[in-house]
Amino acid sequence: MLQQIDRVTKGGDRLQRVNDFVVKFANVNGSGSASANALFAKAVLRMGIAATPRNIFPSNIQGLPTWYEVRISDAGHLAARGGGPDLMVAMNPQTWDQDVKSIEPGGYLFYDNTKPMSEEKFRSDIVVIGVPLTAIANKAYDDSRQRQLFKNIVGLGALSALIEMDPAVIETLLAEQFKGRDKLIAANVQALHMGRDWVKQNLDCPIGLTLKHANTVGDRIFIDGNSAAALGAVYGGATVCAWYPITPSSSLAEAFIRYCGRMRVDKATGKNNFAIVQAEDELASIGMVIGAAWNGARAFTATSGPGISLMQEFVGLAYFAEIPAVIFDVQRAGPSTGMPTRTQQTDITACAYASHGDTKHVLLIPEDPYECFQFGALAFDLADRLQTPIFVMLDLEIGMNDRLTKPFDWDDSRTLDRGKVMTAEDLEAGKLFGRYLDVDDDGIAYRTLPGTHPTKGAFFTRGTSKDRMARYSEEGADYQENMERLLKKHNTARSLVPPAIERKAEAPTRLGAIYYGSTSPAITEADLLLAAQGIHLDLLRVRGFPFGEEVAAFIEAHDRVFVVEQNRDGQLRSLLINELEIDPRRLGKVVHYDGTPISARFIAGAIASRIEKAVS
Amino acid sequence: MTFLAKPKLHHPELHKNSLGFTRRDYEGAISTLCAGCGHDSISAAIVRACFELELPPHRIAKLSGIGCSSKTPTYFLGASHGFNSVHGRMPSVLTGANLANRDLIYLGVSGDGDSASIGLGQFAHAMRRGVNMVYIVENNGVYGLTKGQFSATSDKGAKSKRGVVNSDEAIDLVGLALQLGATFVARSFSGDKAQLVPLIEAALQHEGSAFIDCLSPCVAFNNHEGSTKSFDYVREHNAAVNFLDVIAGREEIVVDYPPGSVETVTQHDGSTLRLRKLHTDYDMHDRVSALTYMQERHAAGEIVTGLLYVDPNPRDLHGHLKTSDTPLNALRDESLVPGASALAKINAGLR
Repeated sequence: MLQQIDRVTKGGDRLQRVNDFVVKFANVNGSGSASANALFAKAVLRMGIAATPRNIFPSNIQGLPTWYEVRISDAGHLAARGGGPDLMVAMNPQTWDQDVKSIEPGGYLFYDNTKPMSEEKFRSDIVVIGVPLTAIANKAYDDSRQRQLFKNIVGLGALSALIEMDPAVIETLLAEQFKGRDKLIAANVQALHMGRDWVKQNLDCPIGLTLKHANTVGDRIFIDGNSAAALGAVYGGATVCAWYPITPSSSLAEAFIRYCGRMRVDKATGKNNFAIVQAEDELASIGMVIGAAWNGARAFTATSGPGISLMQEFVGLAYFAEIPAVIFDVQRAGPSTGMPTRTQQTDITACAYASHGDTKHVLLIPEDPYECFQFGALAFDLADRLQTPIFVMLDLEIGMNDRLTKPFDWDDSRTLDRGKVMTAEDLEAGKLFGRYLDVDDDGIAYRTLPGTHPTKGAFFTRGTSKDRMARYSEEGADYQENMERLLKKHNTARSLVPPAIERKAEAPTRLGAIYYGSTSPAITEADLLLAAQGIHLDLLRVRGFPFGEEVAAFIEAHDRVFVVEQNRDGQLRSLLINELEIDPRRLGKVVHYDGTPISARFIAGAIASRIEKAVS
Repeated sequence: MTFLAKPKLHHPELHKNSLGFTRRDYEGAISTLCAGCGHDSISAAIVRACFELELPPHRIAKLSGIGCSSKTPTYFLGASHGFNSVHGRMPSVLTGANLANRDLIYLGVSGDGDSASIGLGQFAHAMRRGVNMVYIVENNGVYGLTKGQFSATSDKGAKSKRGVVNSDEAIDLVGLALQLGATFVARSFSGDKAQLVPLIEAALQHEGSAFIDCLSPCVAFNNHEGSTKSFDYVREHNAAVNFLDVIAGREEIVVDYPPGSVETVTQHDGSTLRLRKLHTDYDMHDRVSALTYMQERHAAGEIVTGLLYVDPNPRDLHGHLKTSDTPLNALRDESLVPGASALAKINAGLR
């Protein structure tokens, strides 16, 4: 027996929005809701409307609540909006109270009212939509697993009717997902319409939040940054991957396994043009990377903060002995175990200056999956060119969430830059080989690979001090000359890392903001909010370290520059002050570090209040 | 001066192997270890083994960690690339190097501090992965470079030079290697070149994880009365289970042995090992009984040496990973970069 509708409306204005709202799903673990949720986001995209989903999950496998939040934005905003959802799909009794509380005033609450909630469990300023999903599914299916799985599709159907999501789009997606399994497609489509029909027969449709076909998606693709970076590693010619599982980076290595399986198995022999080892820890991971790169293979590891801490000694060896290595750091909230499933940009300092002694490393900082791919490939060229570790700095926000991004591109005329490697022919021709000899005055010396020539070019790689010919030396002059050359090499890197990108404000301004990585979509949106208040900012997106000249020039050209980051201490700001010798008073610190992705509302609010304070 | 080059002058009549190299061509710089150090004997044994096997020196990569033993790769195979990595982490660096180029021979040299203390984890995991390598631990039970502290292979009850008695149980790397799946396990003594050289030769020809625990007394800090790693102690307690006579495949040496006392093992690469059995009841193809035998003899105070276990047909890490026959570091762009059209397909699947 189906329950009656319990649509409660008490006062307040209902939200009325087209193609611009936030839907949040409160999930019960193990209920199979993930695929239905993903289907929801994908359907919005297929309607041509930009949608950005975020998984919000604890460091746990079963039993703790998870959420899936989808921001729908016809204007194309991809950042977390901030604030609560406009429509809450509350499927988890465990989090009911906080979920109901979080809804924006005038928003909507969708729930399974097979067992109706008592009225005091609602708010008076929201619209409550009850659909007896369990009852509908139980009536239609006998098998308990089917009841559970199809209930999610029934729910999606119900939602689609309420917000005018095009059912044809969902049907197409189901057909693609279950291609070749026609029965399964039919069953899913049937469940979808069960939900739609029930809502249409029993409720007033649509609600105030609706979707209309649009064209904001264009030719963009939808992928997570970890997969994109892994694909970049494939295109960058990586053959050795050594890794140790750690959230939020594991899916990067797993994506590499997947892509290699598809694209790197030799068709004739069935053998692998790659080797992937799950190491015993992060020390072994980076050790294997260094060993492989020393021997001429392109190698990488993927890790997160705790792994970076463990790798410090080896990173120092690679820096000092000058061995290429690529490290993808998918940052999460630290210190220590911190919040393993929450996002932060918190390893900037730890990576820029990794290891004891005087060290400086090269960082690449992508803003989205497109750049994860680009920088993922570029990192291997840079590592070989500079013979040093290259850190690619992702974070959980970019790494683990599907994101709308520019389609990947590749120029087939591009070749892998293997850097300065002396061949057997070079040696035979009598070319002078000194492993640490700065022949080109760029700080980068030639190397030879083991096994190259029977009598020439062998040398000893070591973490101890050495002279130009790679002979062990504790002479102060030898040591210092080497350290100065390493600094020169770091300066060479300045022109090789992707330059910072400036975006001028529409009106001339003496105010600027520097940002990087996953802050990108939020600041783009914040810029509009601020401009509406008459606050104009020139924006500079830093994409690498060491900083290029354009970074110093930008700071020089502005009276006041806000450095917007997702960590407590303003790590990039410290790096700017330290490396460019900037007066700290000129760099305002705007930091967001509660583990949630930074939002436009936060940035606009923080910058506006600083400016007001300064004015008053 | 912190580096001592060895004069390149050779005796004109020095014997050359078929590659045209003399034994001296397999040497390295002059050792800066203490006079009489067991490690120098092991270096000499490595030089001889490589010379006799006629290995092209540049096709060997020698890797080590940190410590006295890890310094030794400077003192042999001067024409080979060497890598002195970080303390206890040679196994991972070697594993990575091996992944990059399966065609070279990998020789890892380590010490008891490097492998049994700080690097026990990496030692264990390299063994269980079946990395194709020769892994020699130059075992003296003591930290030399930091002047005489106990290492994890020091026997319980052993006395340090300063008279301190070790109260911790010793870690037996041979036992671990056996348990963890090493496919060639031997123990030897730096003072017994006749035993050590053929073992190194056999290990170099083994296509899997070959481990040699080589007792190598420290003349400066662990060669006194009360030590269980001194020259005298090891000589007195050495109990060899077999004696590897020849590596056949080249010159045949005909010797008469009583029936049942000789065992021939053909390794995967075609090389043949002929072992004179000193204990006819010892089965070097049985991991479990080898472990039991070791523990029994250890309890009786003996140091069992010889080729303790061998699997003539091992499968190495590349076999497990199905890696291409072409070394990964030699693959060209066309085998590595899928290209723009493949990317367009990926893009199409992501909309």
